[in-house]
Amino acid sequence: MAETVASQAGVESRPPIDEVFLVDPSVRARRRQTVIVAVARIALAVAGLLAWELASDRLISSFWISSPSAIWSALLRFTADGQLVPAVWVTLLETAAGFAAGGAAGILVGLAFGISPIIARILDPYLVALNSIPRVALIPLFILWFGIGFETKVLFAATLVFFPVFLNTFAGARDVDRDLIDVIRVMGASRLDVIRRVFVPSALVWVFAGLRMSIPFALIGAVIAEMFTSNEGLGYLIAVTANQYDTAGSFASLLVTTVLGLVLTWGVSQAERRTLRWRSNNA
Amino acid sequence: MTPILEFRDLSKVFFKGEQRVHALAHVTAEVEEGELLAIVGPSGCGKSTLLNLSAGLMEPGTGEVLYRGQPLTRVNTQVSYVTQKDNLLPWRIVEDNVALPLELGAHAKLSKDDRRERIARYIELVGLTGFEKHYPSELSGGMRKRAQLARSLVYEPDVLLMDEPFGALDAQLKLVLQAELLRMWEGTGKTLVFVTHDLAEAITIADRVIVMSSRPGRIRAIEHIDLPRPRDVFGIRFVPGFGDYFERLWSALREDIHQGQEV
Repeated sequence: MAETVASQAGVESRPPIDEVFLVDPSVRARRRQTVIVAVARIALAVAGLLAWELASDRLISSFWISSPSAIWSALLRFTADGQLVPAVWVTLLETAAGFAAGGAAGILVGLAFGISPIIARILDPYLVALNSIPRVALIPLFILWFGIGFETKVLFAATLVFFPVFLNTFAGARDVDRDLIDVIRVMGASRLDVIRRVFVPSALVWVFAGLRMSIPFALIGAVIAEMFTSNEGLGYLIAVTANQYDTAGSFASLLVTTVLGLVLTWGVSQAERRTLRWRSNNA
Repeated sequence: MTPILEFRDLSKVFFKGEQRVHALAHVTAEVEEGELLAIVGPSGCGKSTLLNLSAGLMEPGTGEVLYRGQPLTRVNTQVSYVTQKDNLLPWRIVEDNVALPLELGAHAKLSKDDRRERIARYIELVGLTGFEKHYPSELSGGMRKRAQLARSLVYEPDVLLMDEPFGALDAQLKLVLQAELLRMWEGTGKTLVFVTHDLAEAITIADRVIVMSSRPGRIRAIEHIDLPRPRDVFGIRFVPGFGDYFERLWSALREDIHQGQEV
């Protein structure tokens, strides 16, 4: 019995490395391609930076485009005079708080919509209306209500995060297999059981897609709000360097913001991979 | 003795999108406790509707469904529902999938040790020992079926409602699982209602076969299958008598096959 099961399964541990894996031309071709891609990427970056460096002050004034070396020294200057780390920290906090608030609200409302079609029908036009407000136009109101501190930035970031997360969660909750719900109701599941054991985990795939999508929005929200009204954070650094015609400083702050965005996105992807480990097998 | 399930003059209409479907018309039948009843009919003849009604997932249009003599008014948690899809929770490993029913309703009262013992026993019964920690996506179709069976049996329901459970499997695997199902069922005294469109499958496993017409579903024929048990699913089609049952039921089924295929 056990033997037949195992042979049906096709999940035995990986076969030992066969000679064919070393000599098959398709394996080598694949490896060559990987190398070409990596080399070309690096070459492209080097060529771009080199061209920029050479063009600066020769073809175009460095006032407009700065140069990689000047940006690097601006970066060092920011680090040395203690501007950079606090700015990154402030923006990171605002981004994280806005992301958490907007994400939590999006998940809750999305689940409510998915679980109760009546709530969805009643609230749908209002959410469509809210989503079509140009979000930046809200900043003056937020400043009026909450002042120019932390709250305004968090709230603004949250309004940007809310919709992608909400829409994805809603789609996920609607996507839940109705047969699955019937089957577990027959097993004696209450409404709460159904929500906890089926709706939430099965919507999680979509929730994470929404979260991953909205991490850049959270950062954008924090930076924009800082540019409007702040004396700290990366947005402030971008605005103030631009006002002082410090092109290298602007580029340096932009670079840091970009890296921060990449790191945050990577973090969410890691959390996603851990939580949704059951999926990695059919991916 | 009161039959465990009773359909009294049952009719049902439901909506499939915008379309109105007349699924059942005046169906009256009984399911005796402990029997293995197979329901055969062309696709879309209301077989699944009958099971949904038995599980209390749908309300009858007219007529009544009685469970142990009482009309069903809500979801029937004395039964287990096995569908063609395995409906395992993909984010749970086999063991936790089998544990699912024991986390719900009255079964949650079971002590931890009892629970662990039961899960292990049913996983062994379906032949999945050694695969407890696998996710469904790591299992073959047949093994997922086994896991689904273990999950349906683990809370020891009185009635198993099976809706074309082996419909999506290849012919050999189907036979293997039929044999396993009979091995697990024979001698337990559990009632089993097995819906299929495969007449040979129905005769192979059932004590009694009901043939239904195409939509709206009515009962065309009822036949007792007096083949000896335990049955050998691989050899039973060569046993004298099998052919006669097949012919008689086939002639009842045949009248609807053409219509059935158009639906």
